[in-house]
Amino acid sequence: MAETDREGPTAGGEGRSRRSFLDWLLGFSAIGTLAAIVYPVLQFVFPPPRAKGRAKGAVLAAQASEMPPGSGKIFPLGTRPAILVHTPDGKWRAFSAKCTHLSCTVRYREDVHMIWCPCHDGGFDLTGKNVSGPPPAPLPEHAVVIKGDEVYVSEEAQVG
Amino acid sequence: MWTWLDERVGLEPLTHLAAQKVVPRHRYSIFYYLGGMALFLFIIQLGTGLLLLLYYEPGVSTAYESVKRISGEIPFGWLIRSIHRWSADIFIGVLALHMFTAYLMKAYRRPRELTWLTGVAAFGLALAFGFSGYLLPWDEIAFFATSVGTAVAGAFPLVGEPLLQLLRGGEDVTGATLARFFALHVVVLPFAALALLGIHLLLVQKHGMSVPPGVAEKGRARPFFPDFLMHDLVGWTLALALLAALAALLPAELGPKANPFASAPPEIKPEWYFYAPFQQLKMIPAFVGPFEGEAVGAVGFAILGLLFALVPFLDRQAARGERSPAFTVAGWIVFVYLVGLTCYAWLH
Repeated sequence: MAETDREGPTAGGEGRSRRSFLDWLLGFSAIGTLAAIVYPVLQFVFPPPRAKGRAKGAVLAAQASEMPPGSGKIFPLGTRPAILVHTPDGKWRAFSAKCTHLSCTVRYREDVHMIWCPCHDGGFDLTGKNVSGPPPAPLPEHAVVIKGDEVYVSEEAQVG
Repeated sequence: MWTWLDERVGLEPLTHLAAQKVVPRHRYSIFYYLGGMALFLFIIQLGTGLLLLLYYEPGVSTAYESVKRISGEIPFGWLIRSIHRWSADIFIGVLALHMFTAYLMKAYRRPRELTWLTGVAAFGLALAFGFSGYLLPWDEIAFFATSVGTAVAGAFPLVGEPLLQLLRGGEDVTGATLARFFALHVVVLPFAALALLGIHLLLVQKHGMSVPPGVAEKGRARPFFPDFLMHDLVGWTLALALLAALAALLPAELGPKANPFASAPPEIKPEWYFYAPFQQLKMIPAFVGPFEGEAVGAVGFAILGLLFALVPFLDRQAARGERSPAFTVAGWIVFVYLVGLTCYAWLH
């Protein structure tokens, strides 16, 4: 009886500690297995960053003779759209064509001579400044170079 | 045949359920038909969606062309596609009404909290169905609507940027976005919707239909089978006729093919069920205090949705079976606000 008394609690204690160790091991393995599944899946669904697709050097945006003063044109600059504007006073300007509000592609409005985003009625003046509606920031400007009749726009020389 | 099946499957629980299921009669009983109508339209979506899958080819160089072929060359392709479009629009409208009337009838109160939550989640899935399906024809409007919609998700503080990447499969809307939306629209969402719907319907069977607090029942409840089901069938037949008429008179359109290097068209608008947030985003100024307007709009709508989902736990009076006029008034205010914004966007 005395032996049982002595051994019982010790055996029970050992059993409990062995059980809790196994529980811990099982839990740890389950979490480890889950993490080993979830981590690669998460890495898979979030795409790795790509090269920005910046235009190398200057891009031929338009023939100057095709764009009278007071007109605009959307053209690809790398992988993104840009807008070339020939202002009514004869200046050439180029901006990113992605609206700074919710990234719709803007257009030139010849009736009011401004850059306009149709998605939420955002307005930019011909210096790219956000002047009406919800856009929170100006359009980033690109550098324009005229060579004869050709109008080149360069992303690297981006201004502002 | 019945005996043969009964011996092998055990049909007794089904016949028992059909015999026991009743629908309460009171002045608002008519709103009980909305759930069945939503279910019917969902089945139409599954059927027409499966048919469209026979010809639709996802991919930047094939999606638009395949939709054009469905609409122009495949016999009755225009009909299947138009019914899919119209049924989607009506489905979301019916689901919204079902949810709003369930809200006003306080059907969310104990013990139906989970029925409410699965219903609200199903409505979220329906919006996701609409949003993901809108891109699939890969036309101009679809492209820009997706650009804006995903940019709204990107406007959320902290989680916005990863969410945007997750949705677009990159920084911009490209073929990667189309592939993701296709998988979402035809695999992920249908599975999720069927699971949610299963739980929702099971809970409706378990708890029966809720009678609003303080509303007197008129006589004995109506047996579901066959009385209520027959009325349902009449409604479904009318809905099918309406869909056929709309598809024939106003078939689904297909604009010019998406061109990432073109300006957004001047008349651009999302689907009608996104008019309210669309109009709200137009009205919010660039900055609200130190915060950007679009972030305020996105977070505002998310909070509104969350409060709506959690209403069973906020409305303590209804939980005790009492009337809760404050929640009724709040519901009507939100309803009028959303309908007002929708009408405003529609008219402008």
